Amino acid sequence: MPCAPEFSYLDSASADLGLHCPRMTSDALPSLALRHGGFFVAPMPRHRPGYGAPNAQTVQNERQPSLSEKRQPMTEQATGAPKPQPRARTGGSQQQAAPAARVEYMTGAQSLIRSLEEVGADTVFGIPGGAILPAYDPMMDSSRVRHVLVRHEQGAGHAATGYAQATGKVGVCMATSGPGATNLVTPIADAHMDSVPLVAITGQVASRSIGTDAFQEADICGISMPITKHNFLVTEAADIPRTIAEAFHIASTGRPGPVVVDIAKDALQNRGPFSWPPQQDLPGYRPVTKPHAKQIREAAKLIGEAARPVLYVGGGVLKARATAELKVLAELTGAPVVTTLMGIGGFPDSHPQHLGMPGMHGTVAAVTALQKSDLIVALGARFDDRVTGKLDSFAPHAKVVHADVDPAEIGKNRAADVPIVGDAREVIADLIVAVQSEYEAGRRGDYGDWWKQLNRWRETYPLGYDLPEDGSLSPQQVIERIGRLAPEGTIFAAGVGQHQMWAAHFIEYDEPATWLNSGGLGTMGYAVPAAMGAKVGVPDRTVWAIDGDGCFQMTNQELVTAALNNVPIKVGIINNGALGMVRQWQTLFYNQRYSNTVLSSGSGADGEAAPKGTRVPDFVKLAEAMGCVGIRCEDPAQLDAVIEKANAINDRPVVVDFIVHEDAMVWPMVAAGTSNDEVMAARGVRPDFGDSDD
Amino acid sequence: MSKHTLSVLVENTPGILARIAALFSRRSFNIDSLAVGVTEHPDISRITIVVNVEDLPLEQVTKQLNKLVNVLKIVELEPGSAIQRELVLVKVRADNATRSQIVEIVQLFRAKTVDVAPEAVTIEATGSSDKLEAMLKMLEPYGIKELVQSGTIAVGRGARSITDRSLRALERSA
Repeated sequence: MPCAPEFSYLDSASADLGLHCPRMTSDALPSLALRHGGFFVAPMPRHRPGYGAPNAQTVQNERQPSLSEKRQPMTEQATGAPKPQPRARTGGSQQQAAPAARVEYMTGAQSLIRSLEEVGADTVFGIPGGAILPAYDPMMDSSRVRHVLVRHEQGAGHAATGYAQATGKVGVCMATSGPGATNLVTPIADAHMDSVPLVAITGQVASRSIGTDAFQEADICGISMPITKHNFLVTEAADIPRTIAEAFHIASTGRPGPVVVDIAKDALQNRGPFSWPPQQDLPGYRPVTKPHAKQIREAAKLIGEAARPVLYVGGGVLKARATAELKVLAELTGAPVVTTLMGIGGFPDSHPQHLGMPGMHGTVAAVTALQKSDLIVALGARFDDRVTGKLDSFAPHAKVVHADVDPAEIGKNRAADVPIVGDAREVIADLIVAVQSEYEAGRRGDYGDWWKQLNRWRETYPLGYDLPEDGSLSPQQVIERIGRLAPEGTIFAAGVGQHQMWAAHFIEYDEPATWLNSGGLGTMGYAVPAAMGAKVGVPDRTVWAIDGDGCFQMTNQELVTAALNNVPIKVGIINNGALGMVRQWQTLFYNQRYSNTVLSSGSGADGEAAPKGTRVPDFVKLAEAMGCVGIRCEDPAQLDAVIEKANAINDRPVVVDFIVHEDAMVWPMVAAGTSNDEVMAARGVRPDFGDSDD
Repeated sequence: MSKHTLSVLVENTPGILARIAALFSRRSFNIDSLAVGVTEHPDISRITIVVNVEDLPLEQVTKQLNKLVNVLKIVELEPGSAIQRELVLVKVRADNATRSQIVEIVQLFRAKTVDVAPEAVTIEATGSSDKLEAMLKMLEPYGIKELVQSGTIAVGRGARSITDRSLRALERSA
């Protein structure tokens, strides 16, 4: 029975008489440790730090301490490490003070900027407007918060996301009320799907005007409710420091995610108290990071017994910074590893145990390994439909160990035999110890036959592509060469579509946080602003955006921002003159009827064949118009030289327009709605799995 | 499908009902009934939700509810070990010939007549939904002119309180 209360009562007959159960003791009621018919949700911590000892500060009424007052720093900007700091609720304003936390009085706007400084937000991507205007005045004076003025709020959101994914810190974007806030909806939804720590600060109309359909009013809290981890509407200046601290805490802990802080204009204009650190008040927010020992032992037991295990690694491993632990676990067990689109970089692509990416466009080896496995150890992954294909035929013989920091992911799509709620780093660290003791007890599976099969699939169906016969550029080759020629530590950001899949396949990622993309929401237009955000966050690394000509036309305005703010990113447009992925589906499933997927000019004048690729707009001229270097590459013989030229330019953004063949397709492929057993290595080529081996 | 009664303790903050309603709507969970009110602690509201789902989706319901930052605690109250009540106000057509019969039904169900007019009586009744259903079935032949019904509220039997622990944390600062 799911969700059964653990306290027990008399049977219903006597209970109807209203008799009290004599067995109940005051300790029988757990906080929320519910057993769900075989599922175990790790108990919430019963005591949160701070509640036992109210950590209150004295409000020194009406006193104005000097600005040079030494501030007590909070934590360094929250990084996902569990540092909960909830304190007693309206907390003892009359109680003993922490000496450093003096109360200053200032406007809400000043309080906001001070809070951002204190919380460690060094960069804000945004655009001002009426309702957020008060915040931009003290922003100008801040030496600790850099504001990057973007050209569209969507760019601000994706830039903050790219910044967060590249640095592991919370990304911050800022916009005004109404249209400014609604333009953030797409990047917020994107960050929500990919669990990116993001704080979006929006202006709101003055509190007395809320609900009157005032100029530039939009209910962004209502709008963003289903696409945020949490959101706040702030109408009092005094609430700003606490809200910012809570927003950063929520965004960065547990399963990271976006938090919207919507601040009414009068809250920014009015004066209120500021002290740091503020008392946080989040009694209902208790992320579980420490896995339950019993579940770890169960998982280790299954690993010891398995004959065909696979470590299925998702983005959670990167967010928990557990890549070192993962490598130890993988090498200890000798099990094959697959990394999802969001988990790429979590395990070195070059590692011999790495089989590649699973899913709709995964490698044959990775897809098939999951499909034929007898044990899936899912680490920070969520059995997304792009990975599982038709769910009821996914990995039919596999037991599942599912570790995730979000209990709601466990059992959501695929039932778990061993559910583990916890931070991936702690889970893997504990698993290593538990597996070692299994091995010491002599319980260790022999994966020799398994690896024979895996290696056969891997060697027979490697990733590959054919070069176009007409001598034009192959998009896969372009991407592969960009990867090969990129300086060490280069960060790649992709848009969404064919080029994204090729960038996932043909660039080798050996380090975490070198692959940024929009996995869950699939947001075309992600690449350019995200690359910009990443470059701002990690300025000493090369950042390449691998974009499509369709994606590029959605958000390229941010190249202006990059050019003017000295953010020298590199953009490779894989220009096939079409919405390539949609076109591929039209080729395969719609009888090659290319309805509305052609971006190039179509047929040329007088029936002459039009030039390949999108030529309107002319991306080279467009790049130059936006203050970037524009280069075009059409000839395979020039490919390396062009890439090297782009790599050598570091004072301005570079845009390279690679005109590529339009008929290239992404393979392997599992058609939508079909089983992963139907993976096609190439068009018309279904791998021979030697079904007798099963 | 089976009915489950969830008691959800939430912070008494603006918009919490919208958050919960939106969660149910977005994840396609059906709400049979919903009742909200303050508790013995002014900072905590209690939402009683009756959902009609299988066991596995119910687990998703509770897990997703738990992810809402303002939700403090969720407990499922089993019918055998909890008291569940609804309130109905029902206006029944009545004349001199039928009024006494209606009043008799009211007494049988330990309901109350709260208003009488020449052509109608208004009845207030509380109880489990089964009992109220039975009463309404008896009243139906006389002609139900108007019916208004509250959501189910429920509380576990015995001395224990599901708010204890949540309150303790909050009270420390009160």
